[in-house]
Amino acid sequence: MAVAKNGEEMSALSDALAVLGAAFVAFLGFYLTLFSKDPVMSFHGAVLGVAAVLSAIWVLSSLSGRSEPQPFYNDGPIKFAAVASVFWGLAGFLVGAIIAWQMAYPVLNFDLPWISFGRLRPLHTSAVIFAFGGNALLATSFYVVQRTCKARLFGRWSPWFVVLGYNLFIVIAGTGYVLGITQSKEYAEPEWYADLWLTVVWVVYLIVFGGTLLKRKEPHIYVANWFYLAFILTVAMLHIVNNLALPVSLTSPKSYVIFSGVQDAMTQWWYGHNAVGFFLTAGFLGMMYYFIPKRAERPVYSYRLSIVHFWSLIFLYIWAGPHHLHYTALPDWAQTLGMTFSIMLWMPSWGGMINGLMTLSGAWDKLRTDPVIRMMVVSVAFYGMSTFEGPLMSIKAVNSLSHYTDWTIGHVHSGALGWVGMISFGALYCLFPWLWKRRGLYSMRLVEWHFWIATIGILLYITAMWVSGILQGLMWRAYDKLGFLKYSFIETVDAMHIPYIIRAGGGSLFVIGALLMAYNLWRTARGDEPVDAEEQPRVAAAPELRPALAAAE
Amino acid sequence: MSFNHGVFERNAWLLSIGTLVVVAIGGLVEIVPLFYLKSTIEKVEGMRPYSPLELAGRDIYIREGCYTCHSQMIRSLRDEVERYGPYSLAAESMYDHPFQWGSKRTGPDLARVGGKYSDDWHVAHMLNPRSVVPESIMPGYPWLAERKLDAAFVAEKLKTQAAIGVPYTEEMIANAAQDLAAQADPDSDGAEDVMTRYPKAVVSNFDGDTSEVTELDAMIAYLQMLGTLVDFTKYDAAGPNLR
Repeated sequence: MAVAKNGEEMSALSDALAVLGAAFVAFLGFYLTLFSKDPVMSFHGAVLGVAAVLSAIWVLSSLSGRSEPQPFYNDGPIKFAAVASVFWGLAGFLVGAIIAWQMAYPVLNFDLPWISFGRLRPLHTSAVIFAFGGNALLATSFYVVQRTCKARLFGRWSPWFVVLGYNLFIVIAGTGYVLGITQSKEYAEPEWYADLWLTVVWVVYLIVFGGTLLKRKEPHIYVANWFYLAFILTVAMLHIVNNLALPVSLTSPKSYVIFSGVQDAMTQWWYGHNAVGFFLTAGFLGMMYYFIPKRAERPVYSYRLSIVHFWSLIFLYIWAGPHHLHYTALPDWAQTLGMTFSIMLWMPSWGGMINGLMTLSGAWDKLRTDPVIRMMVVSVAFYGMSTFEGPLMSIKAVNSLSHYTDWTIGHVHSGALGWVGMISFGALYCLFPWLWKRRGLYSMRLVEWHFWIATIGILLYITAMWVSGILQGLMWRAYDKLGFLKYSFIETVDAMHIPYIIRAGGGSLFVIGALLMAYNLWRTARGDEPVDAEEQPRVAAAPELRPALAAAE
Repeated sequence: MSFNHGVFERNAWLLSIGTLVVVAIGGLVEIVPLFYLKSTIEKVEGMRPYSPLELAGRDIYIREGCYTCHSQMIRSLRDEVERYGPYSLAAESMYDHPFQWGSKRTGPDLARVGGKYSDDWHVAHMLNPRSVVPESIMPGYPWLAERKLDAAFVAEKLKTQAAIGVPYTEEMIANAAQDLAAQADPDSDGAEDVMTRYPKAVVSNFDGDTSEVTELDAMIAYLQMLGTLVDFTKYDAAGPNLR
């Protein structure tokens, strides 16, 4: 009885705090709307203010439902983030395809500022990394931490604050780029006020995730959670340090980063490479360590390898940044450190790949029967490929050719489309029936189509970029027999035209695949009967439904 | 093995602290020394803060995402030095908040583009790149010529930069608005003051239209000074600057 009363007091307190917090944010938002001379910042203030008011109304209107019994796991925020991931994924891939076509046919810039390549490119990278990938990470981390800790998410409103606040950040960042608000640090383009908002959201994310770990019923913290935790902690560190800036005025969106020149370059690529290392790798490895064993119904291949993998990966990754700055004005000692650690990084990366792939031991037949497993396994294979290519490209002699060319773009996309994209698709295909309590996906055959269309798209993309990147790198350094540079710069641009068309085609295929996925997941969530239920493994069904399915067989 | 990893697996605090320690080391070793090792940035003559108009142009360069396709970093490789000029020195970007070294050359490096083309060429190129380079895939930026330069925060911008270490003097800050207009009008009274305060600044009509200072004026003022401040006929790479 005392416990129940205590619980009620706690939830009343969190309701009150949520409303107070919303009121404070609404005040800040409307203050900016009224007093900023910059129309975009006024608009962002209004977005923030309206969102805060709506949140407060939502909290207040749900006070009456407080005593209703709630399910053990808190899946509402997970469903939201999963849907958001699909939505932003489509948007981000589509913008990527558009800018790829712009590079083949510059007329597609239409001489308009808002859809010019320079503004859409940050929109694309942020949409796919932070909006698509970030929401996939939020959804899966909240799902995994609850299931592996046998504990409900920590906090009453804070999980909702994390997913909604994070998506609000994405709206502010994305509309900002299109309207010309950027600080130009790659993958950290949002200006100071958006950065501050993200910092608040991220700290609450850490509290929710860490709080759930602390109240777990399992004695051990599962390996997937180590990776998610390292991702959350490290991204907080990187984000805060790299974005240290001084605003021109509190009512101006413009700020100047406190670092300059060589120190700023080093800080930026310390951040930039570990956005790859911790956002796009550690977080998604957490996904791999949960969803592959779950889907294959096999334990992780090696516990000891997981431990070595975890600590060596997070230690080595942080050092790799300077390989983005070879032969530049960054001191040689830093370049050499960056190269050395990048090469060492090959080992933990492949250790992780082996741990993921070998989890299929004794279940390799599932590659043939379950396209969702196949998607995740192929993603791990792409991970292996791009983490071999990365160390190769970090070698100074190779980098002197590859840097500044499309080879880098191809490398990034073999990791982004192949690894991050495919493991996320696999996790989403698992999550939708599990969260919406369905007996399977709407159509496994559509997953099959998605798999092949996306895979062919990725292969076209990265081969086109190998050709154009290596070709351009060689043309830049070609000499004629008299000892003069053989090609003008524009001749090397002209040579890229056909690879650019092939790349744009490959990227477009990837978009089509994602459209099939969105349709399939929408039909699944809606509750449509699977068209090929007999072809789906039992694990495709929500955990609650599996005993009944097993009994029926 | 006597060490039991279970210690970390059973204690979320220990796991968090262990992780933070492990991920902090690399950054500390690679970043912190850059702030105190004197060999990091060479001592050179000629570096100065950006003039108000150049800084405004730089802000537009950033706004339009020019860095997504253009680097400003000539690497110490034979072909780059022959194509673009002397390799870039750390000192040349020491007042760049943030740096604009870039990561991709869809278009050529711009570290030393200053003075390579005429103002007229830049105007034509920005309005429609294919009018001067038929194979170019660069977008056109016609709106820069149509927009009056927003100079609302010009003095605050200089003040902000001064607060984070750029050597803007009080005189520069006080005259920021005047210098901004004067640099785009060679006939104005303040034109000479701009040259005194900001040596080697290019004072010109830039976009050819003297009626108002446009964003295009600022952009071209910025492009025309890039890489021109250090005199490489006098710079001795093997001298006391040697790393």
